[in-house]
Amino acid sequence: MIRVDNLSVSYGAVKALRNVSLQASPGLITAVLGANGAGKTTLLRAISGLVTPQSGNILLGEKSLLRMPTENICRLGLAHVPEGRGVIAELTVEDNLRLGALASKVNLAEGLETQYAQFPALADRRKKYCATLSGGERQMLAMARALIAQPKVLLLDEPSLGLAPLVTSELMKLILQLCESENLTVILVEQNAKSALRIAHNAVVLHLGAVVASGDAKTVADDEDLRRYYLGLVE
Amino acid sequence: MHNIFGGLAQGVIYSLVALSLVIIWQSTHVLNFAQGAMAMLATYIGMTQIDRGIGYWWCLVISVVVGMVFGGVTERVLIRPLYGKPEINPIVVMVGFLGVIEAVATAIWTSTTRNIAAPFSQVFFQSHGNLVYLSPFIIFQVILAVVIMLLVAALFRFTKLGLQLRASALAPEVARLLGVRVNRMLTIGWILSAGVGAIAAVILASGSFGLFPTDMDGVFVAGFIAAAVGGLESPIGAIAGGLLIGLAEQFILAYWSPNVAPLGGIIILVVALMIRPQGIFTRTVGRRV
Repeated sequence: MIRVDNLSVSYGAVKALRNVSLQASPGLITAVLGANGAGKTTLLRAISGLVTPQSGNILLGEKSLLRMPTENICRLGLAHVPEGRGVIAELTVEDNLRLGALASKVNLAEGLETQYAQFPALADRRKKYCATLSGGERQMLAMARALIAQPKVLLLDEPSLGLAPLVTSELMKLILQLCESENLTVILVEQNAKSALRIAHNAVVLHLGAVVASGDAKTVADDEDLRRYYLGLVE
Repeated sequence: MHNIFGGLAQGVIYSLVALSLVIIWQSTHVLNFAQGAMAMLATYIGMTQIDRGIGYWWCLVISVVVGMVFGGVTERVLIRPLYGKPEINPIVVMVGFLGVIEAVATAIWTSTTRNIAAPFSQVFFQSHGNLVYLSPFIIFQVILAVVIMLLVAALFRFTKLGLQLRASALAPEVARLLGVRVNRMLTIGWILSAGVGAIAAVILASGSFGLFPTDMDGVFVAGFIAAAVGGLESPIGAIAGGLLIGLAEQFILAYWSPNVAPLGGIIILVVALMIRPQGIFTRTVGRRV
């Protein structure tokens, strides 16, 4: 379970997050939605320790993640797939996966086998350099790399970015399936509100760094004003 | 004949410097322009221990260890504060540091050349009464360089540490997210690189001309060119580049003039840049997404 309490983050004079609070529970997908610049990516970066908040708290279970180095937060079972996926193009598919397994106590051979079974396209390309992968394949690799460490918490930053609608749809189904089967706590940041709300259990909408709506996904999705002003779901 | 073995011997020294640059590039994406001077200082410290009666091998070990410590401390103190700032900064700092190190070495040990008595004979072999210009020491040098190259290549290709080093240089933020202790990896990169560089200076000091505080400058330039020509990603390239430049210099020395010998390296560099600028042994590098 992840709890964010009154989190404020500034980049210099710019307030990226203002008193943001949210809660994400195991086995549930919490979608974080909003326009560009709303602070969604900053929120994830604060949770995984890449950015230091000015005030507020972040709790993983009972443990506060504030001031903990990113490397250690990862070892607590938190996996963050960053914006743009962060696939290391100069390494092979298998090297990227090996890297994902390094910090965990997972048996590498078993981990690789599991991920290759889940993502056969990656198995076919295991020795290839990642520069040759398509967008969808990179997304699969980024997911596999995060999952190989058997995390308890999964932070996903715009996984649908640059992907065709069909691929996005498959990806969302996969995220939901994994969330339920592994009992993961998933925080899903998306600009593609429609896709995200289809699989999310809870939703939080950010606007200019502040929370303007939160609750269960259906309520948030059905709210007329929200749809019009923040989610762009007007017909 | 003289040219070939002489060129190989000199080339090995360049190769080791090039190897140290490959290590530091693969681990940190920063190039240590003071590498030559640092190696020289470490070797001087090792050499002066000989006065206390230690043997050649201990001198080598001490030089390498001092070099490694020097590398690690330099990273922590001089380079660590520079991360996240313009990439030219570490280069400028290291070039300045180079001057400081040479001045310090000159002040402590005066400007006379020192050399170490090598454990392998430096007397050239003879074949049918003619000098073959190859000595046991040259054979030792070449074997040493090849062994180190194989170790470095194995480190980066097969080990967990090598993977973490590469990730720390290629994508430090992503590496952090995956639990890699990036700062530690960067320090380790500097330590390993400085260790290999120190070996180059020890070999130079073992030669007939010995070591002088500014000797490693020219060696560093040649080693740098070797790494650029061979490809900063490739340990094999470093060795090949180093030997090539050593040979080129020897031929120019023999057939043109000793003063123009360093030109050998420059000529190789220009030709390499014209034909294959990414380095002879580099795989085509992918774009980062």
